[in-house]
Amino acid sequence: MKRVKLTIQKGETHVIMGPNGSGKSTLANVVMGNPRFIVSSGKIFFESTDITELAPEERSHKGIFMAFQYPREIAGVQLDRFLFMAYNNIQKAKNPKSAGLSVFDFNKKLHEEMKKLCMNAEFSSRSINEGFSGGEKKKAEMLQLAVLEPKLAILDETDSGLDVDALKIVGEAVNRFKNSERSVLLVTHYQRILQYIKPDYVHVMIGGTIVKSGGIELAEILEKDGYQQFIK
Amino acid sequence: MVDAQASTTKEAWESRNPAPYMSSSRKGLDEALVRQISQDKNQPAWMLKHRLKSLKLFYEISLPQWGPDLSKLNLENITYYAKASDRQAQKWEDVPSDIKRTFTRLGIPQAEQQLLAGVGAQYESTVIYHSLKKRFKEQGVIFEDMDVALREHPSLVQKYFMRCVSPALHKFAALHGAVWSGGTFLYIPKGVVIDLPLQAYFRMNAMGMGQFEHTLIVVEAGAQGHYIEGCSAPRYGVDSLHAGCVEVFVKEGARFRYSSVESWSKDAYNLNTKRAIVEKDAHMEWVGGNFGSAVTMLYPCSVLVGTGATTDHLGVAFANKGQFQDTGAKVIHVASNTSSKVVMKSISKGGGTSLYRGLLEIHEKADNCISHVNCDALILDDISRSDTVPVMKIKNSNATIAHEATAGKLSEEDIFYLSSRGLTQEEAAALIVNGFIDPIAKELPLEYAVEMNRMIELEMEGSVG
Repeated sequence: MKRVKLTIQKGETHVIMGPNGSGKSTLANVVMGNPRFIVSSGKIFFESTDITELAPEERSHKGIFMAFQYPREIAGVQLDRFLFMAYNNIQKAKNPKSAGLSVFDFNKKLHEEMKKLCMNAEFSSRSINEGFSGGEKKKAEMLQLAVLEPKLAILDETDSGLDVDALKIVGEAVNRFKNSERSVLLVTHYQRILQYIKPDYVHVMIGGTIVKSGGIELAEILEKDGYQQFIK
Repeated sequence: MVDAQASTTKEAWESRNPAPYMSSSRKGLDEALVRQISQDKNQPAWMLKHRLKSLKLFYEISLPQWGPDLSKLNLENITYYAKASDRQAQKWEDVPSDIKRTFTRLGIPQAEQQLLAGVGAQYESTVIYHSLKKRFKEQGVIFEDMDVALREHPSLVQKYFMRCVSPALHKFAALHGAVWSGGTFLYIPKGVVIDLPLQAYFRMNAMGMGQFEHTLIVVEAGAQGHYIEGCSAPRYGVDSLHAGCVEVFVKEGARFRYSSVESWSKDAYNLNTKRAIVEKDAHMEWVGGNFGSAVTMLYPCSVLVGTGATTDHLGVAFANKGQFQDTGAKVIHVASNTSSKVVMKSISKGGGTSLYRGLLEIHEKADNCISHVNCDALILDDISRSDTVPVMKIKNSNATIAHEATAGKLSEEDIFYLSSRGLTQEEAAALIVNGFIDPIAKELPLEYAVEMNRMIELEMEGSVG
């Protein structure tokens, strides 16, 4: 990635589109702080704070969330227990005096959100993503988004590999999340998710850099004419 | 909250109560000491004979020529016999206060109140606290301190004592036969089903103190039960030795589960022998967690002597700095249509070594045997080590055998995934390790599973840079 300049204001939804290998997922991972990527130069600011050097959990505590393109399967770690820990950690980071939720209240909240995502209640007591289908994994990511209530949601190709029904459920989940205080950075290869999620800005990324920015109309041009026109 | 509990536990584990009674005990081993133990406990002549025969074997048999280095174990410097209390207590109120304090810190009375069916807690060599619910007594269940059992049920004890684990088996089985003291006797009569786990806690306390408790369990035809024990010992500078022995007789159609969580202090040698004889259509389960000791050599063994007998071995070993966990399982298929399953998980960290040592033996006349062995190792850094030494002696050609082994590191991507949701790197690592051992932890009663998770969290401190 090089020369990427992107500013997302409160309440805005930005979409990054581009062909495979253009650096979209790298951007998402770098903002979340994946240690696999090294930032050799450049800065990332969140609410006016430089977060370039922060650990992933510190970014999470500040309100950044990333839905993974390939959510990890973690054997033996129950989804509800993990999410309970994550939720209370974030609450405490927001307010050190907060006692967080009790297991009982948390489970209530969790199951309400699961219902909205048409997830079977038994998923909460299964190991994280283990044996989940592609669609179930993405729904579980949306569940975590809904429960953890971040300020910025980065969705890394959350729409890929989903059938029509699952795509609709995921799209609606993102719309439920969106409000005037919360922002979305959607990374995608296809524009079909844009039937459900209406972006304020569309950016085209090619060769690790943003080559064009515009409104929703840019996505329509891409749909018609492809990326070829932007590749020099 | 988890942290507060964890540090309390760690403190309790490493704390030490003064042990003034040790002044009357002495170090080293000879015939006079063996005679003194038998005399003190007023044991029958056959037991003294057994002790002396075992002592002779102990002198004759050499140290194992394989496995961890035992050359630093100074057998002259071990106290082989000491009494913590002359009294036997039936009720918690009767237990001396300094001893009670140790147990309180380990959380025993609370556990007792919650779901214990009976408690036998060994404070060094004397069982001081033993209770059993009335219901089981009426059913003819015997759950006693071994010393008491030998007094009150001598013929029953004599019929089984060291008939499963022979003193000739190895040097430390011989040592055990000579100096054993205390322990638990459990007898479940024919057809009696005990649905709550029976529990006992062992604790080694005085410096350089050996512990040689004997657990003898007889499960009669069609009976069922579950016995669980946790072991811990405070940390001292002088090497201490634990050479206990567990014998289980599972009769026709019976089912039994033996679970233990062992966390002896990190300078101890845990050279324990556990063995079960499983008869026709009977089922034996071993569930074990090994966290403590400098050196552990422990390979629970099931001898499947009756057709249709089955066994499951589930184990976890955690080797941290300065620890060598040489653990595993032995299954001997003597009869036809017997099956066994072994699932072992090991974790190595901070330069520790975990080694799975397994023996699978299928006798010539044992047809249609099935065995499945699965060993998974997790290595948390570049200075730690994990090995697998499976030995198979298959003398019958129509057996079905599967052996799977995996070794892996903590996945950086998994840690990133969990930490991106707000967990610290350490919390994420501990969660993944707890997930790794979950197949074994979930077989334990809740309080033990929680304790095991807590121990993992303690061991994981400072694991992620």
